[in-house]
This record gives sequence, structure tokens and C-alpha cells, in this order.
Amino acid sequence: MAQLRNIFATKWGIIGVGAFIGVFAALLQKWGNPGNMGICVACFERDIAGAVGLHRAGVVQYMRPEIIGFVLGSLIAAYSFKEFRPRVGSAPIVRFVLGAFAMIGALVFLGCPWRALLRLAGGDGNAILGLAGLAFGIWIGTLFLKGGYNLGRTEKTYTSVGWMLPLIMAGFLVFRLLFPPVEGEAKSGILFYSLKGPGALYAPLAVSLIIGLAIGFMAQRSRFCTMGALRDLILFRQTHLFLGLLTLVVFAFLTNLLVGQFHPGFATQPVAHTMHIWNFGGMVLAGLAFALAGGCPGRQLFLAGEGDGDAAVFVLGMIVGAGFAHNFGLASSPKGVGPYGIAAVVIGLLACLFIGFTMRKKRA
Amino acid sequence: MSNIVDARGLSCPQPVLMTLDEIKKQNQGEFEVLVDTDTSKENVSRAAETQGWRVKNIQAEGQGYRIVIGKE
Repeated sequence: MAQLRNIFATKWGIIGVGAFIGVFAALLQKWGNPGNMGICVACFERDIAGAVGLHRAGVVQYMRPEIIGFVLGSLIAAYSFKEFRPRVGSAPIVRFVLGAFAMIGALVFLGCPWRALLRLAGGDGNAILGLAGLAFGIWIGTLFLKGGYNLGRTEKTYTSVGWMLPLIMAGFLVFRLLFPPVEGEAKSGILFYSLKGPGALYAPLAVSLIIGLAIGFMAQRSRFCTMGALRDLILFRQTHLFLGLLTLVVFAFLTNLLVGQFHPGFATQPVAHTMHIWNFGGMVLAGLAFALAGGCPGRQLFLAGEGDGDAAVFVLGMIVGAGFAHNFGLASSPKGVGPYGIAAVVIGLLACLFIGFTMRKKRA
Repeated sequence: MSNIVDARGLSCPQPVLMTLDEIKKQNQGEFEVLVDTDTSKENVSRAAETQGWRVKNIQAEGQGYRIVIGKE
């Protein structure tokens, strides 16, 4: 018998976690988060970059408690089940670059894989192009994996190394508590806030934080990963993680139906544009970068919470990438792609191909 | 003496890829996989079982696990 004591790692475990994320992501929208953006790891890390002023796009500035909750929830789960393993050293600089380009690709589409699924569940047809791009990017990634692509081994390290990102997140939470939003003010203490746009839409702090912690806890236990879902399906014909992804969509869809958030169509979808090629292309870049880095943005947060310092570097790469994306006009808006968005996707794909082709070991 | 696949320090999907390679090479018999995270332990076990192999034993060792996989 397989010694899988961990019930979250079973088939019903991953299905349960997918359902939980689907339901509560949809509900977070009802409770204040932006449309089809109950949880979007890329968008929310971008909002955090805005909140601390790494970019100054006025409509996307908010210290998102969900992201903080993901990392701290995972940390709690990892310690509760003796799985906290501080480790680092598998090409961190490459992971930083992959994180930055993953963010740039995601912001051309306007969402991470989680949001692509939530957009689909909300009736946004443009998400189909994004998900197709994601799958295509991951498929390219599997070709590199089959060819021996590998960023090398990690080393065990000091416990405090594993604590770095959780501590940064705890610091962000302290900022959010010390400098809460002030009605009509674009700044509170050191934090920037949005007066309009998606950054001005958020569920109450406690609600966001508790749901974030719960998801972080369960996702650490279940290893929930949207990139892994597609990768394992393509690479091994394995459906385990894919079941979680599927359940997320189904339950978010049902919840949206129940609370009146399902609006099928392509045009005038919330925080979305209809440039099909770049919805596809942006997510090809993001998907390839996730595949080369071994996890979707959510999974990188959960890995960072259980002590993976390289995943933490990927997360910081994404946050810095969001700064570049908005400062350089790479991010899309509902009007369409940014002035330099297309060039950035091309450069990002070239960077990923360079990484994929040059970092491989012959497999025995 | 059974073969040993050392997947310590590697993140997914490397441990699974290495395990499947070894399964292809051996066709039947027994070998050991060393991993250092619980995720890899679960993934390797799951992958072996979908290939019709059996997880015969899992032992905690150092910071990780020694997994014995076999097929008669």
C-alpha cells in the first residue's frame, strides 16, 4: 500500500481543495474583490508592487492580504506536519528572471492561471485564449524537460533562510495594519492606495486574510498547482492535479451562477481585453516561464512558505517584474495591450528559450 | 544490490522523470529512489503505482526518504 497518510494528497483531497478555492474566490468577488479576480496571484502581487511604490499605476495599488495569507498559511501547514525544509541554491537568479517574465506575460493577458480559470468560470470567453496559450507554453516547457532541462539541486540551509519570504509577508501585514486605507486618500503612511480601478476593490481585511491563510494551508498539504496540472497531464498523462484545476472551475462557475456573477461574452468583461493573439501570446510566455520554474505563481508562494528559498526568489522576481510591466508600459488594460507589451512578450520568450536550451544535463 | 535513483534536492517533475526512466530501463525488479521532500515522496509513489509498480517500503532517512519500488 502507498503510505499516503496525507489526506489532502489523495484524489478527494485535491478535489476538495479545488472546490474550496473555486467557491471562495467567487465569493471574495461578491465581498469586494474585482470582477473575475477573487484571487489572482499575478494581479495581487502586482497590486502589492503598487502599494509599496515599485510602480505608480494609480489604479492597481493595494497591499493584498490574500498573498500574505498564502505564504503564512503554507508556513503554518509545513510546521504543523513537519514538512518545513529550508532549501536553496537551484539557480536562484534564473528563477528571478523567470518570475519577472512570467509576470510580464501574465499582465499582457491580465491574469495568472488561477484568474484565467476564474475568468472562464465568470463567462469571459477571452480566458479560453489565455488558457490555450498557457497550455501551449507549458507544452513547450515539457519538451525542454524531456530534453534534460534542469536547474540543478537545492542544498539544505539555515532555517532562517526559509523564513525570509514569510517574514517579508509578515512585514507587509504589519504595514497594512499600521497604515490602513483612508477614505478618499491615495496614500496612507508609506502605502499607496487606489481611489478607482481594480486596486480600489477589495474584500474586508479579515475576510481576505482568513481565506488566504486557509487556502495557503490546504494548498501546501495538497500541492495544488495549475501549471503542474497541465504539465503532468501532457508529460505523464497523469490527471491528479488536473482534477483540482477542473473542480476549481466548476465550483467557481456554480458559485457565480448562484450569486449572479456569470456573464457570458467576450466584450466588456471586467479587467480584460479582446486582443486574442496577445491573450494567447502573453500566456504562452507565462506558461513557459512557470514550467521552467516548476510551479504556477500560487504554488511558488506555497513552496516559499514551506522553506523553498528559490521559490521565494521567483516570487520577488514576479513582484519586481510587475514594477517593470507598469513602468515600461508592458501591461495591458481593458483598452488592449500596452505600447511595449508585444515587444516584451517576444523578448521574454527569447529569454525563456535561452534558459531552456542552455540549462540541461544529459539524463542517464 | 538494487539500483539507486538519487533525486534529492531536485524539484518536481525531476524525481518523477528519473523514476519513470528507471522503470523503463528495468522493466521489472526493484530499485530505490532517494528524495528530500514529502511532495516528491508522494509524486514518485503515485507515478510508480500508475505504471503498475508497487511501493514496497518508505523509510525516513536524514532529511528525506528512501523509497523502495518493485515489480515482479
